[in-house]
Amino acid sequence: MNAESWHRKDLLGIADLSPEEIRLILDTAESFREVAERPIKKVPTLRGKTVINLFFESSTRTRSSFEIAEKRLSADNMNFSTSGSALEKGESLVDTALNLEAMSPDLVVIRHRAPGVPHLLAARLRSGVINAGDGAHEHPTQALLDAFTIRRHKGRLDGLTVTIVGDIEHSRVVRSNIHLLTKMGSRVRVAGPRTMLPPALEALGVEVHTELEPAIAGADVVMMLRIQLERMNRKLFPSSREYFQRFALTRERLGAAREDAIVMHPGPMNRGVEIASDVADGPQSVILEQVAAGVAVRMAVLYLLSGVREEEG
Amino acid sequence: MKLLVRGGRLVDPAAGRDGRFDVLIEGGVVASVAAEIAPPAGCEVVDATGLVVTPGLIDMHVHLREPGHEYKETIRTGTAAAAAGGFTSVACMANTAPVNDERAVTEFIVTEAARHGFARVHPVGAISKGMAGEELTEMGEMAAAGAVAFSDDGRPVVDTELMRRALLYAQHFGRPILQHAQDLFLSGNGVMHEGEWSTRLGLPGIPGLAEEVMVARDLLLLAETGGRYHVMHLSTARCLELVREGKRRGLGVTCEVTPHHLLLTDQAVADTTFSTNVKMNPPLRSEADRQALLAGLADGTVDALASDHAPHHADEKDVEFSAAPFGIVGLETMVSLGLDRLVRPGVIGLGRFVELLTAGPARILGLETGTLAPGRPGDLTLLALDREVTVDPATFRSKGRNTPFAGWKLRGAPVGTILGGVPVRLP
Amino acid sequence: MQLIPKVTILDGAQMRRVVRRMAGEILEHTGGSADLILVGIRTRGVPLAEALARELEQMEGRQVPIGSLDITLYRDDLSTIGPHPVVRSSHIPGPVDGRVLVLCDDVLYTGRTVRAALDALRDYGRPRRVELAVLIDRGHRELPVQADIVGRRVPTSTQEEIRVSFEATDGVDKVEILGREEPA
Repeated sequence: MNAESWHRKDLLGIADLSPEEIRLILDTAESFREVAERPIKKVPTLRGKTVINLFFESSTRTRSSFEIAEKRLSADNMNFSTSGSALEKGESLVDTALNLEAMSPDLVVIRHRAPGVPHLLAARLRSGVINAGDGAHEHPTQALLDAFTIRRHKGRLDGLTVTIVGDIEHSRVVRSNIHLLTKMGSRVRVAGPRTMLPPALEALGVEVHTELEPAIAGADVVMMLRIQLERMNRKLFPSSREYFQRFALTRERLGAAREDAIVMHPGPMNRGVEIASDVADGPQSVILEQVAAGVAVRMAVLYLLSGVREEEG
Repeated sequence: MKLLVRGGRLVDPAAGRDGRFDVLIEGGVVASVAAEIAPPAGCEVVDATGLVVTPGLIDMHVHLREPGHEYKETIRTGTAAAAAGGFTSVACMANTAPVNDERAVTEFIVTEAARHGFARVHPVGAISKGMAGEELTEMGEMAAAGAVAFSDDGRPVVDTELMRRALLYAQHFGRPILQHAQDLFLSGNGVMHEGEWSTRLGLPGIPGLAEEVMVARDLLLLAETGGRYHVMHLSTARCLELVREGKRRGLGVTCEVTPHHLLLTDQAVADTTFSTNVKMNPPLRSEADRQALLAGLADGTVDALASDHAPHHADEKDVEFSAAPFGIVGLETMVSLGLDRLVRPGVIGLGRFVELLTAGPARILGLETGTLAPGRPGDLTLLALDREVTVDPATFRSKGRNTPFAGWKLRGAPVGTILGGVPVRLP
Repeated sequence: MQLIPKVTILDGAQMRRVVRRMAGEILEHTGGSADLILVGIRTRGVPLAEALARELEQMEGRQVPIGSLDITLYRDDLSTIGPHPVVRSSHIPGPVDGRVLVLCDDVLYTGRTVRAALDALRDYGRPRRVELAVLIDRGHRELPVQADIVGRRVPTSTQEEIRVSFEATDGVDKVEILGREEPA
C-alpha cells in the first residue's frame, strides 16, 4: 500500500486499514485542521460532488460533524434519517441502496444499528461508503479523531498506554479504537464490569481489567465510554449509582494515571455516571478538542475517498 | 416389476456388507442381495459398475415449507432436491403454516409426497399445539397418520413440565422427542456464536451454553421419564459430552450433526463479510467445537448426519445480517460435502458415513429403510466417488439458493436414487 | 518517459544575482512597505520566498514575514485526476486584510496554480494588493495571468520541463531545462 495516496472506495472499518493508511488520514486531517482557523472556513475542493448522509439511527453529533465537514469542502449534501422517510416504511435496505444509486451520489455516509450494513451497501453501490457506526461493530471516524487528538497531545501513538473504560461489549468506539491503537503501537487496556466485557477480548491484543484503578495506573490516555442508560434493564448493571461508585472517573482515581494523562470521551457524556463533572471540565480533559478534531478527520476522509473511482477501489 | 442393480460396490453397514453385491428388487421390496444375481426374465437392469450402492439415504431433518410457505419450498421441489441430493427419505419438520400439529396436516403431507414420488416423506409432528409450548398435541392421531417423531423444531420446548409430559406421552406410540435445544434467555437476540468473532464483529452472540443448559435439563428429565430423546443439530463440544455421558449411563438419547457445523466455524461470518448464508441456528461454532464434533462422528457418539435443509426466499436473505432469517439449504450438498471433506481426508470411513445417513437415522425414527434385506423397501442410492462437482446454487432443484458452499469444488457425488424398485427420474 | 537535463539556465551565482534583483524590484513595487508578506506556493515557491526574504533583510535590515500556501484543495483538476494528491498545511502569518502580499512561485507555466492560489488567498481575507513573483516564466499560459516580477523568461516547448533546485531544499541553487533523451 502506497502511503502517499489512497486507493479505497470505502471506509468501512479500521480493522482493514494498514498503519500507513491510518497515518495518511491523520496527516491529511492535520492540513484540514488549519482550514477551520481561516476567516472563511470553506474550500471548493468537493464542488459538484454529492454526499448523502443516511442515518438509520439517531445521532446528532456524528451527523452534524459530517455535515459541517461536507459543507466546508463545498459538497452538496442530503440527509436521510429514519423519521418520515421510506426507511421507516419497511423498505428493504437493498431497495434503499438501489434508490440511492439512482441518484448517483459520490459518497454515502451511513449509520445503522446492525453490524455489516455499510459493507452490504458498499458491495451494491458504485459510490464510496463511509461507515458512521454500524451497531457495536465499528465507528472508524471516531477512532481516527481520537487518535488525531491523542497524537496532537502526545506527539505519537506508539508506546502509549491507553485505557478505555465502560460498556466494552456494546461499544463500536472501543472496537475501532482497539484496532487503530494496537496497529499504531499503543498498549490498550480495557476495563469495565464483568457483565459488560465480551468473551475473548484478549484475542484483540488488549489487556482486560475488571477494576478501574489498576487499569488507569500509569496510563497516558484515559477514555471513558458513554453508559447507555437505556440498557440498564438489560441485566448489565443494577443502577447508575452503583456504576459511578465502581467505574466512574473521578479526580482521585485519575491521580493513578500519568500526571500528563489526557481524558477523553466520545460523547454525549452522562455526568455523574461514567465521569465526574470536575474531571470532564478539568485541565486534563480534551473532550471538546475531540469534537473539533472530528470535523478535520471527516474532511480528510471525504477528500481522500472522493478521489477514488470505482475501478480503483 | 423387477429391478436388478448389478456390478456395484454395496456399502450397507447395518447388514455388515461392503463389497461386490447385486441387489434384486421385486414388487418394490428387496428380493435378494448376493454376490452375483442373474437377471430374471423381464427384469430391468441398472449397471452400477464403478459406483457405490447404498441403502437409500435418509435426511432426518429438513424443512419442506408446505403447507403455508410455498414461496420458499414445496413438497414437490423439496423432494426433488432430496432425490437430486441422493436421498430416498426425508423427515420434515412441523413448523409449517398451519403447524403440523394435527392429523389432517400430517395426512396432507403424506398424500402430497406420495403424489410426486421423488422421495419418501416422514412427517414430524409438533409436540405442542401451534408450537406454542403450552398444550400437548394429539400425538396418537398423528402417529397413526404417519408421524415418525415429535418436535417443535425452530423453537425449543422451554416449559420443563411440558417437556417431561412429552417425553412420557410419546412413549405410548414408540416415537422419539426431537429437541431444538436452546435456552431462549441465554440466546437472547443473538445472531451468531458468542466468542472471539462475535466480539470482533460486534454482533450479539448465542453462547454454546444456551444449547448445553437445555440438553442438560432434558437429560435429567429423561433419566426419570425414560423414552427416547434426540438432540437435533448438536453444535458444541460440551453438548456432545453430555450426550456421550448420557449414552454411557444407558439413557435413550441420540443426536445428529449437520455438515455445516462440521465444516465451518464462526469465523466464516467475518470471512464472508457478514454473508447471511452463514447465519443459522444453532450458529456456526468455534474451531474447538468443530473438532469435537468431528471426533464424535468418528467415535460413534453421533448417530446421524442431517442437513437441517432450511430454504428461504432470496429476498429474505438479501438483507442485513441481523435481520436475515436463520438457515441454509443442504439437501443437494450434504453427500458431496461428506464424501469430499469427511471420507476422503479419512475423518470417517465410507461405511461410517453411509451408516450416519442410513441405519443411524432409520434406528432413531423407526424406519424400515436404512438397510437392504429381503422384504425391506427397495430404496437405493448410487454414488460416484470420483465425480468432481462444483456447488452451483443455480442448478439446485430446491427453491432455496441459500448455501454457504457455493463455488466449493468437491469430489464424490450422488448419481441416482431408486425408490421402491423404481429409478427416480426428475423432470 | 525519462527526461534528462539538457541546458543549465542559471547556475548558483547567476541564480543569487537574479533573486537579488527580484528582491530589489519587490522593494521598488511596494515602496518598502512595512505591511509586506511573502507567500510561497507549495512546494517550490516556499524556498524562493525564503531566499527573497533573506535578500530583503540584507537590503532593509528587517525581517519580512513569510507564509506558505498549499493550493491542492483549490485545484481545478481534482475531479479528473485520482487518487487525490496529498494535502499539506498552509500557514499565513497573521491576518492578511489590508496588507501587501507577494505570491512567490518557482515557475509560471499555465497559470492554473496562480489562479488556485488567488482563490485560496481570498479565504484568508482581503489583502490591499497581491503581486506575483516567479523565478522562471516559461510561457504557454492557459489563463490570463501575468507575473509582476520575473527572474528570467525562458522560451520552452511543452515537451520540456523546468527543474528549479534550491540550496535549502536540494543542496544546490540551479535552474535546468529537462528534455527527452535524444536517440543516439
